[in-house]
Amino acid sequence: MSILQILDIGLAGLVLAVAAWTVFARDAFAAVVGFVAYGLLLSLVWVRLFAVDVALTEAAIGSGVTGVLLIGAAGRLRKLEASGGDDELPGASLRLFAAALCIFVTLVLAGVVLSLPDPGPTLAPEAARHLAETGLGNPITAVLLSYRSFDTMLEKVVLVLAVVGVWSLAADQYWGGAAGNPRGAEPDGTRALLAQVLPPLGILIGIHMVWVGADEPGGAFQGGAILAAMWMITMMAGLTEMPSIRSRLLRLVLVAGPAVFVAVGVAGVAFASGVFAYPTGFAKPLILFIEAFMTLSIAVTLPVLVAGPPKRLRQQ
Amino acid sequence: MTAATLAGFIGSALVGLGLYGLITDPQPIRKILGFNLIGSGVFLLFGIVARKGAAAGFAADPVPQAMVITGIVVAFSASALAIALVLRLYEVAGPVSLRSEHTSNKAEK
Repeated sequence: MSILQILDIGLAGLVLAVAAWTVFARDAFAAVVGFVAYGLLLSLVWVRLFAVDVALTEAAIGSGVTGVLLIGAAGRLRKLEASGGDDELPGASLRLFAAALCIFVTLVLAGVVLSLPDPGPTLAPEAARHLAETGLGNPITAVLLSYRSFDTMLEKVVLVLAVVGVWSLAADQYWGGAAGNPRGAEPDGTRALLAQVLPPLGILIGIHMVWVGADEPGGAFQGGAILAAMWMITMMAGLTEMPSIRSRLLRLVLVAGPAVFVAVGVAGVAFASGVFAYPTGFAKPLILFIEAFMTLSIAVTLPVLVAGPPKRLRQQ
Repeated sequence: MTAATLAGFIGSALVGLGLYGLITDPQPIRKILGFNLIGSGVFLLFGIVARKGAAAGFAADPVPQAMVITGIVVAFSASALAIALVLRLYEVAGPVSLRSEHTSNKAEK
């Protein structure tokens, strides 16, 4: 058994132990903190599958941004739960039955994993054959923004729909207000220093990750998530605040990504072979153009979703 | 056993663990956590399919990987909407639980 295999088994044990912690921990807040650690460990498993793009996404969005969302929610729920929450588990017989069911599901899936054909069916040769036409070096970016660009466009629309859903949960009196804390709330020296030192570096790394995403692991999602994190840090430190949901600029930026995507896609009818097709020779510049607006939209959408519905009216 | 097969087993176990949390824990936020565990387990199963499809000089099939990246972002959107719903429900109705009627009757007796 090689050292790498021992490390793999150790990593597997660690991932499953932390995942079990998030299920069995008594305190919801502790479970959520476990979930963040779990996401980071899981991204190491993705690296072992040679899927660095997925690992970056899992670390940035699956663990990072989802973690901020859940920790904020768990903190608020804990305050509310002091008035008598109900966290009693169901009876032993039901738990035993659920455990048996879950073990059965796991065993069936493990059986499927063992019976997968090796090498399996693959679209990799197809992806490689047309890579030169897109001008890209990263096949995953080519799938996301060229071969299956329609899916990615719809996924951007899902993000906008989620924002509409979250905003629609606002209490009537706060409609037109803003979410999160106002500027200058909770002044905190350490956090303010971090929020001043980190963003210049983070913004650079975020933009770099989008730029190299054409040829190397990275892309609009991962870079956008880092930019989103930088904005969230400055909001947590009270240096910036969420704009009002009535803000035209905010709404424009939220829909810029999908709108530009649709516009370029529809223009393909006139200038290329069909909807969501790129004219020959212009694929790469167009893809980078779409990615620029997508990154902007992602960087703003993620913090808006984390902040939740508006909770205060802005002082004029 | 290769790293890919091991990752497949991790994915299978994560689906089981998440399903258990989803069924047994009455707290809504814990159900959302369980839901996310199932999701990441399913994504890992996609990952092993991608790895087994290594060809044409790529270490893994790029198509399932792109689907997982899209999936992670959609899962985040769903979680954000679910969390907003739970918090709003708390504000309007006080502490909430998704315990079944049957067990809560038993607890009262």
